Amino acid sequence: MSSSVGVVQPQSIHFAAPLPLASGAVLVDYTLAYETYGTLNAARSNAVLVCHALNASHHVAGTYADQPRSVGWWDNLVGPGKPLDTDRFFVIGVNNPGSCFGSTGPTSPNPDPRAGGRAYGSDFPVVTVEDWVDAQARLVDALGIERLAAVIGGSLGGMQALAWSLRFPDRLRLCVAVATAPKLSAQNIAFNEVARRAIVSDPDFHGGHYGEHGIVPKRGLTVARMIGHITYLSDDSMEAKFGRDLQRAALGYSTQEVEFQIEAYLRHQGDKFSEYFDANTYLLITRALDYFDPAREHGGDLTATFAKASCRFQLVSFSTDWRFAPPRSREIVKALVDNRRDVSYAEIDAPHGHDAFLLDDPRYHGVMRACFANLAREVA
Amino acid sequence: MSERRDIELIAELVPHGSRVLDLGCGNGELLALLGRERGCSGYGIEIADANVLACHERGVNVIQLNLEEGLALFEDKSFDVVLQLDTLQHLRNTEKMLRETARVGRIGIVSFPNFAHWPNRLHVAFGRMPVTRVLPYEWYDTPNIRVGTYADFEILARKDGLTILDAFGIQAGRIVRTLPNLLASVAVFKFEAA
Repeated sequence: MSSSVGVVQPQSIHFAAPLPLASGAVLVDYTLAYETYGTLNAARSNAVLVCHALNASHHVAGTYADQPRSVGWWDNLVGPGKPLDTDRFFVIGVNNPGSCFGSTGPTSPNPDPRAGGRAYGSDFPVVTVEDWVDAQARLVDALGIERLAAVIGGSLGGMQALAWSLRFPDRLRLCVAVATAPKLSAQNIAFNEVARRAIVSDPDFHGGHYGEHGIVPKRGLTVARMIGHITYLSDDSMEAKFGRDLQRAALGYSTQEVEFQIEAYLRHQGDKFSEYFDANTYLLITRALDYFDPAREHGGDLTATFAKASCRFQLVSFSTDWRFAPPRSREIVKALVDNRRDVSYAEIDAPHGHDAFLLDDPRYHGVMRACFANLAREVA
Repeated sequence: MSERRDIELIAELVPHGSRVLDLGCGNGELLALLGRERGCSGYGIEIADANVLACHERGVNVIQLNLEEGLALFEDKSFDVVLQLDTLQHLRNTEKMLRETARVGRIGIVSFPNFAHWPNRLHVAFGRMPVTRVLPYEWYDTPNIRVGTYADFEILARKDGLTILDAFGIQAGRIVRTLPNLLASVAVFKFEAA
């Protein structure tokens, strides 16, 4: 029987050594928020790092004390008896620098003396997927783990898992990359750009220093989230959930009011998001997505790129995911096959679009369970 | 699904240490056997969810793909052996798949039900499509959309410029080299592109 990891406590760790970034800038010092579940074994061989996507955090599983609704974002996957079984693995969730859930980010104080103790705001340096992986590696060092059993992530988290396999090939046995892509397409970047323009053109944005004005660009964030949310769902799942259902019994003949339920849903999702998410973080994270392209330094040759990877790979895609559709995963599979790497790939016929990676489709979770069960035998 | 004994007989055609691609690998039994007993490595290709899961549980590399879409994922001669057991007869693009097999592998090995096995001939002689242990389906529900014989395959191989390296029939777990087109329910061919 599977259950929850129960009540969890977030932790944080400070790194005094500067983190050099891909841009040439340096993160002078930084804090990472993280959580762990399960027990590190004596050989320190059973650690699994979970990388988060755009809007998630280090809170992967369990709940916070006295907050029964604060369930971790991948709680259906991670826990005792669950596919990523915390009875067998020591699971680490970490919040990336630049995010807004406890790790150093745009809302943290800018150490530059010229900032006079104000928050970074839009002066927070642009961070890349590779920068995040470097920061995560220092946390893994600090936890005394030389080699991870696995790094796992979905979507942008999957990109981090892939980057681990390229940046630290000897430090993981298994890379699990779900619903991801080796780089964004022009269409993917286009959606990100619309979201960023929505935020930046909000009069409350104040060049990214809205904090100093005691305000947040809520309208921009709301629209950004609405756009993002459309790309997470499939046409079919939206149709099934909302169709053309109206808010009221009859048409209101209004251009401003909410008429269709899909509008109400998107506005609700957007409003909710704008309450807790930082606008500068949204800009940074979508940029990290845009920039991710490990093949760039190999002239676009993904096969040459993955020549340096040595771990085993598990890839999963979902048939109705049009954000990172199955052919994007197949590109990665091909590069790995060309390099004779061990790889398994499941293409799950699920109706939920990109969001499927967060849901518990039995075929998807069956594959994950089998994959981690094999890994557990290896590291036991 | 191939019988266990058939799988063992076919595994013996695969050289030790080969890089193998198993098209329509089912539950991964053959790949696991080749890895365990013949030091082979490689991948299975499967479309059915249940089989993909079974391969994961066995710990063999499996790539979920529809073979009807071809083998664009694989470079020319990137495998020592490409196996296609009990799969060819389910594919619409049988000939294309055979050519792809010869392109991707140095050696191809195929097996399929031989429709010219004598009991099948008898069925047809009495006016009915065969329903046997190897062909357990009725004509209206069979997944075998390409029905061919041992002799038919020899002709197709010649047409496509394949050199047959070895060929035999299997009947009740035994290799049949005498009149295989008549006496074997399963046909096996090992070939290379000329």
